[in-house]
Amino acid sequence: MRGLYTLFKKEIWRFWKVAFQTVMAPVMTALLYLLIFSHVLEAHVHVYPNVSYTAFLIPGLVMMSLLQNSFSNSSSSLIQSKVMGNIVFLLLTPLSYVEFFIAFLLAAMVRGLVVGLSVYLMALFWVELPLAQPGWILAFALFGSAMMGAMGIVAGIWADKFDQLAGFQNFIIMPLTFLSGVFYSIHSLPPIWQQVSRFNPFFYIIDGFRYGFFGQGDVSPYLSISVVVVSFVLFAAATLWMLKRGYKLRG
Amino acid sequence: MKNPAIKIDQVHKSFGKLQALRGVSLEIAQGEFFALLGPNGAGKSTLINLLAGLLRPSSGSLSVMGHDVVSDYRNARRLLGVVPQELVFDPFFNVREMLRFQAGYFGCGPENDVWIDEVLEGLGLTDKANANMRALSGGMKRRALIAQALAHKPPVLVLDEPTAGVDVELRQTLWAFIKRLNGEGTTIILTTHYLEEAETLCSRVAMLKQGEIVALDSTQNLLNRLQSKQLKLKLSGTLPSALEPLKRGENAGYVTLNLSATSEVERILGELRAAHVGVEDLQMMETDLEDVFLSIMSSTS
Repeated sequence: MRGLYTLFKKEIWRFWKVAFQTVMAPVMTALLYLLIFSHVLEAHVHVYPNVSYTAFLIPGLVMMSLLQNSFSNSSSSLIQSKVMGNIVFLLLTPLSYVEFFIAFLLAAMVRGLVVGLSVYLMALFWVELPLAQPGWILAFALFGSAMMGAMGIVAGIWADKFDQLAGFQNFIIMPLTFLSGVFYSIHSLPPIWQQVSRFNPFFYIIDGFRYGFFGQGDVSPYLSISVVVVSFVLFAAATLWMLKRGYKLRG
Repeated sequence: MKNPAIKIDQVHKSFGKLQALRGVSLEIAQGEFFALLGPNGAGKSTLINLLAGLLRPSSGSLSVMGHDVVSDYRNARRLLGVVPQELVFDPFFNVREMLRFQAGYFGCGPENDVWIDEVLEGLGLTDKANANMRALSGGMKRRALIAQALAHKPPVLVLDEPTAGVDVELRQTLWAFIKRLNGEGTTIILTTHYLEEAETLCSRVAMLKQGEIVALDSTQNLLNRLQSKQLKLKLSGTLPSALEPLKRGENAGYVTLNLSATSEVERILGELRAAHVGVEDLQMMETDLEDVFLSIMSSTS
């Protein structure tokens, strides 16, 4: 247990030592989105009755930041130690692949949750936000960060260069998050794009998370949580399988 | 009977079509100071990576103090410290933090901090304990890597070319510390390109060539195997043609001749006197491990 705890602690320290870049910067980015989109769209877009556009936007931004930063933590830590070569010091230890997975996953979740919570707290300066069903908020935050933490481990192990990881981030993660309904309700889309959105797991995370705040959403939160849990389980299984085989780590 | 520190049994390892190791078997007793020698690409690092669990054998088995490195990897790795060849480090942490983390991965807690201080002291790193790894010079990084391999106090230590690119002074402090560990019972396995290091430090030597062990013996027996001595001469004239067949080389005004026995010196001096060539300087040289190495490597090709 001490080995696992040490690795978890090291992963937390790693991002905390550069918190300016790993926590403050993403919070700043989210707040800029909030400032600009709410300024431009507040008067034009109304999604739910009695919910201002700015209020509607905040859960989306909180979840987007949470997802991106969970992914970043595990993926960047792994690619960095692979490129630097110091991952060898982890591979020489008696840590099992399951311990390796849990430590990286938990640290990624902590980073995502810290960033998400910071965005939320800062946003409260702008607008009052209801907390209709906090249980859903917590469930989506936990499973969303876990899913992305696992995805980050897969990407970090798969990528051999920073370039490939950036590709994964910019061509898969970014489009999926931006097109998941962070900035809009999918009901405002043409029917064909509404259908396409339903294949995006991120849509369910955002919608379910938002349901926790406003008590209303595009789909049932039970459907959403099922999609998120299944996605997490699939990614976790893929990650464990890769780690067990030593894919790209042990020859 | 005590388990051997390292037992390697019929190990094969292939990378695609390349056979890096072809049936290597080797036993290293506890407390030995052992050298693993061989030219680049002979399979030394592959063998070390197999021991460390960074690679998996295609067939055969390896164990550390009786624990199989695949099926019982947790115990095997706890007993093994490996200093990698490349200067790799984590840029986020200072030396002491890094050592504590490393020991922690092996399950060691704060009770191990005394040992970490001892390692820092022994390797002359105490002043640098709070310096970031990035800020260290190459030689200091090398010491930090050795400290990292020792952080969990392993009874078996593998050093993969620890003195590559390291200055003389550091090499000496390093060996003093490693010898002390060996004296206290740590088994040391060393790969190096500096054969005189292996000759002075190691009691037993294995030589690898193209994935096979071509020599495995005590250092003394290997040195005895090549009985030849060499005679280095500075002559006032040219070497008489009768002595040409003995000539091994010529360098900086000195001619080196191979001798199969010391008694041959008389004959050589006689030939020189007969040819009226004066001897300005004369040195006898003993065989060193480098000669043995070169002879073994060329005879098995």
